[in-house]
Amino acid sequence: LQESESENKLDGETASDSESKSDFGGSSPAPTSDDTPEVLNRALSNLSSRWKNWWVRGILTLAMITFFFIIIYLGPMVLMTIVMCVQIKCFHEIITIGYNVYHSYDLPWFRTLSWYFLLCVNYFFYGETVTDYFFTLVQREEPLRILSKYHRFISFALYLTGFCMFVLSLVKKHYRLQFYMFGWTHVTLLIVVTQSHLIIHNLFEGMIWFIVPISCVICNDIMAYMFGFFFGRTPLIKLSPKKTWEGFIGGFFSTVLFGLLLSYVMSGYRCFTCPVEFNNDTNSFTVDCEPSELFQLHEYNIPVLLQSVVGWKTVRMYPFQIHSIALSTFASLIGPFGGFFASGFKRAFKIKDFANTIPGHGGIMDRFDCQYLMATFVNVYIASFIRGPNPSKLIQQFLTLRPDQQLHIFNTLKAHLVDRGILGSLEDA
Amino acid sequence: MSARRRRRAAAEEEEEEEEEEEAAEAGSDKEVDLEERLRELDLRSDSDIPDVPPPTDSTPEILKRALSGLSARWKNWWIRGILSLAMISGFFLVIYLGSFMLMLLVLSIQVKCYHEIITIGYRVYHSYDLPWFRSLSWYFLLCVNYFFYGETVADYFATFVQRREQLQFLIRYHRFISFALYLTGFCMFVLSLVKKHYRLQFYMFAWTHVTLLITVTQSHLVIQNLFEGMIWFLVPISSVICNDITAYIFGFFFGRTPLIKLSPKKTWEGFIGGFFSTVVFGFIFSYFLAQHQYFVCPVEYNSETNRFVTECEPSELFQMKKYSVPPLLQAVLGWETVNMYPFQMHSFALSTFASLIGPFGGFFASGFKRAFKIKDFADTIPGHGGIMDRFDCQYLMATFVHVYITSFIRGPNPSKLLKQLLILQPEQQLSVYKTLKSHLVEKGILQPSLRG
Repeated sequence: LQESESENKLDGETASDSESKSDFGGSSPAPTSDDTPEVLNRALSNLSSRWKNWWVRGILTLAMITFFFIIIYLGPMVLMTIVMCVQIKCFHEIITIGYNVYHSYDLPWFRTLSWYFLLCVNYFFYGETVTDYFFTLVQREEPLRILSKYHRFISFALYLTGFCMFVLSLVKKHYRLQFYMFGWTHVTLLIVVTQSHLIIHNLFEGMIWFIVPISCVICNDIMAYMFGFFFGRTPLIKLSPKKTWEGFIGGFFSTVLFGLLLSYVMSGYRCFTCPVEFNNDTNSFTVDCEPSELFQLHEYNIPVLLQSVVGWKTVRMYPFQIHSIALSTFASLIGPFGGFFASGFKRAFKIKDFANTIPGHGGIMDRFDCQYLMATFVNVYIASFIRGPNPSKLIQQFLTLRPDQQLHIFNTLKAHLVDRGILGSLEDA
Repeated sequence: MSARRRRRAAAEEEEEEEEEEEAAEAGSDKEVDLEERLRELDLRSDSDIPDVPPPTDSTPEILKRALSGLSARWKNWWIRGILSLAMISGFFLVIYLGSFMLMLLVLSIQVKCYHEIITIGYRVYHSYDLPWFRSLSWYFLLCVNYFFYGETVADYFATFVQRREQLQFLIRYHRFISFALYLTGFCMFVLSLVKKHYRLQFYMFAWTHVTLLITVTQSHLVIQNLFEGMIWFLVPISSVICNDITAYIFGFFFGRTPLIKLSPKKTWEGFIGGFFSTVVFGFIFSYFLAQHQYFVCPVEYNSETNRFVTECEPSELFQMKKYSVPPLLQAVLGWETVNMYPFQMHSFALSTFASLIGPFGGFFASGFKRAFKIKDFADTIPGHGGIMDRFDCQYLMATFVHVYITSFIRGPNPSKLLKQLLILQPEQQLSVYKTLKSHLVEKGILQPSLRG
C-alpha cells in the first residue's frame, strides 16, 4: 500500500501543473496510464523517476513546438486543418468526461446527437467563413451559390432536426441525464467550436495574428513554470497551489519581451503579415501584398525616463510591436484564468487530466486551456482596433440590395469620395 | 505490484478519466475511502430533487369568491379562461401603446424567464447560498443584454448616436467593452471558486450560460423582428398562441390518439386540428394587418421628434396581387383568381412552423419539468404557471422568423452597409467604388455616359 502511495505521488508530477496533493489527502488518484513510447522509456530508464518525468515533459514540449513550426511552414490550409482536428479532439475529450461523470455512455442516441450538433455548428461557421473569404469562388459555382445564399436557413434547419431528434429521444427514466448531456454538449460547443473559428478568422488576417498570440501563451506557461521553479515562494491562488506570484510576474515580463522580439522578427516577412487570400486563378492560398502601415518601421521617441536607462533617443519599431505588448499582457495576466478555470473543472469532477493523449502532458485540452480566452481577445482586438469591415463582404451584401438602394448607396459613396478628394469630380474612375 | 499497475492501465484504456470508477469496477483492492469517494462521485444522484412544495395558490381573492360556487374542475377552467383573456387584452393594449412599450415588455419577460429558470437551478442544486453566485448570474445577464442592445441600438438609432460624443465612443469600441465586461465576470467566477463547492459552482455556471443562450438571444431576435415591422412580431406570436388554444380545444372535443409519451395530454387530433386552424387564422389575421401602415412598416427612430415612427411606402409584400387559383382548388372555391397579399403566402410558412415545430419547444419544456420534477416553472400566472410556461413554444419561433426574414425577405440593412463603407480605408473605398460602378453599369442601373 505504501509503495503504491509513493508511486501515485510521483506519477502525480507527470500530470498538469495544477495537481495538488493536499486536496486529495491520503488516497491519491490512481496513476495515469503510462503511454510514453518504449523508446523514451528505455533511454531514460537509468534516471530517477523525478528527472525522468522532467525529461519526458521536456522532450514532448520540444516535439510539439517543432511540430508547430512544421505546420506553419506548410501553410494556411494545413494550419486550418490542424485547428479543425484540435477542435474535434477537444470536443471529444470534454464530451467523454461528461459521459464518464454521468455514466451516460449508453444513453440512447446521445453519442450520435453530440457529433451531429458538432457537425451542424461547424457547418454554420465554415459556411460563414467560406462565404466571406472565398466570395468569387462561391459566385462561380452554382451549387455553392445557392448554399451560400440560404446558408443560415439551411444551418438552422439542420440544427432544428437535431433538436427535434433530441426531444423525440427523451426516455422516461433518463430525462435528467439527457438534459444534462444536452446542456453539457451545448456549453462545450460554445467553448470549443466558437474559439476555433475565431482562431481561423485571426489566421486569415495574417499568420502573425495567429502565431504571436499562441506563442505568447506558450511562452508564458513555460516562463511562469521556470520562474516558479527557481524563485517561487508566495502562492498565487488556492485553486492551483503550484502557481506562485514570482512565477506570475516573471512570466509576465518575459512574455512581453518575448512578444516584442518575436513580432520584430516576424514583421519583416510578407508571408506572416499579409492577409491570407484565395487566388481564383491558381485555386490556392496566396500571401502576397503591400505590407500595411502596421508592418513598416517607424521612429518612436523614447519617453524621457527610459532614455537614461537605454541610452537611445529614438528607436525604430514596427507599430505592430506596440500591439504585441497588449497581446502579451493579456496572455500573461488574463490567460492564466483560463488555466484556473480548467483546474477548477478538473477538481470539480475529480479528474487529473482531460485525457492521456500526450505523454507527460495529459490531453489536448490541457495544453489549450489557456488559449481559450486568447483567441476571442485577439479577434475582438482586431475587430475593434485594427481592421475595419471586410470589403469583399460589403460588396457581397451590396449585391443583394434592391437597385434603388444600390444606386442610393453608390451616389452617397461617390459624394463622400469626391468630398475627401480621393476621387476627382471630373475623373471617370 | 507491476501486475496491479498493468491491470489498472488496462482498465484505464477504456475509460481514461474516472480512475476511481475503474478501480471500483475492476473489483480489486481498493481503499475504503476510495469507495466512499466513488459513492460521492456518482453524479446520477447528484441533484436529488427535493419534494416540490405544493404550488401556492396565487389566484386573487376576488376570483376565488366569484367562482366559489362551481365545482373544482369548472373552476380551474374558468380561471384559466379569464387569465387567458386578461393576457390577450394586455397584449393588445401594449400593441396599441407602440413599439417602445413592446420592447420594454419583451425585456421584462426575458428577465422574468431568466429569473424563473435560474431559481429552478438553485433549488435543484441546493445552491442558493453559494458565494457570489446570485450576483454573478445577474451580472452575466446584464453583460449579454448590454452586448445585444449595443449591436441593435447602433444600427437603428444611427442618427441619434451620431450627435452624442460619448455614445460614439461606446459604439465604436462596443465589442471590446462587452468582452471586457464579460471577462471581468469570468475572472470573478474563477476567483469565487470555493474548495468544497467546485462542482456545484460549475453546474450553476453552465446552467446560467445555457439559460442565457436560450432566453436572451431569443428575446433579442424578437426585437429585431419587431423592427422589421410589427406584423413580423404579431403574426408569429399569435400563430403560436392560436395553435396552443385550438390544439387544446380540438384535443378536448375529439382527442383519442396520444401524440407523444412525453406529454400524455397531447393528441394527434389536437395536433392536426390545431395545424389547420392556425394556418387559416394566420391567413385571415395577416390579411387584416397587412392593410395598416402601422403594422407593416419598419420601425424607425425619428431624431427630430425623438419617437418611433412607422410610416413608409408599403413594400411589395403588402400590396394586393392577383394570384391564379390552382385548378384543383378552382373547382372547390369557384374562383379563378384571388386577390391576396404576398405576405399571406409567407404567413402560411410561419403558421406551419408554429404548428409543426413549435410544439417541440413545448415538449422540450415538458421534458425539462419532468427531469427536474417540477410541475410549473413558477407560480406567476394563476392557472397557468410561470411566464416560461407560456413562452416555451415561442422559443423556436423567434429564431425561425428571424432566419426566415434574413434568408427570404430583406437584404442587409442599407444604412448599416453605408456606415461600414464609410469606415473603410480610402484605397479600399476606391476599389469598392470601382467594383460597384462596374456592377451597376453591367446591370444597366447606371448609364455609363452619365456619371451617376
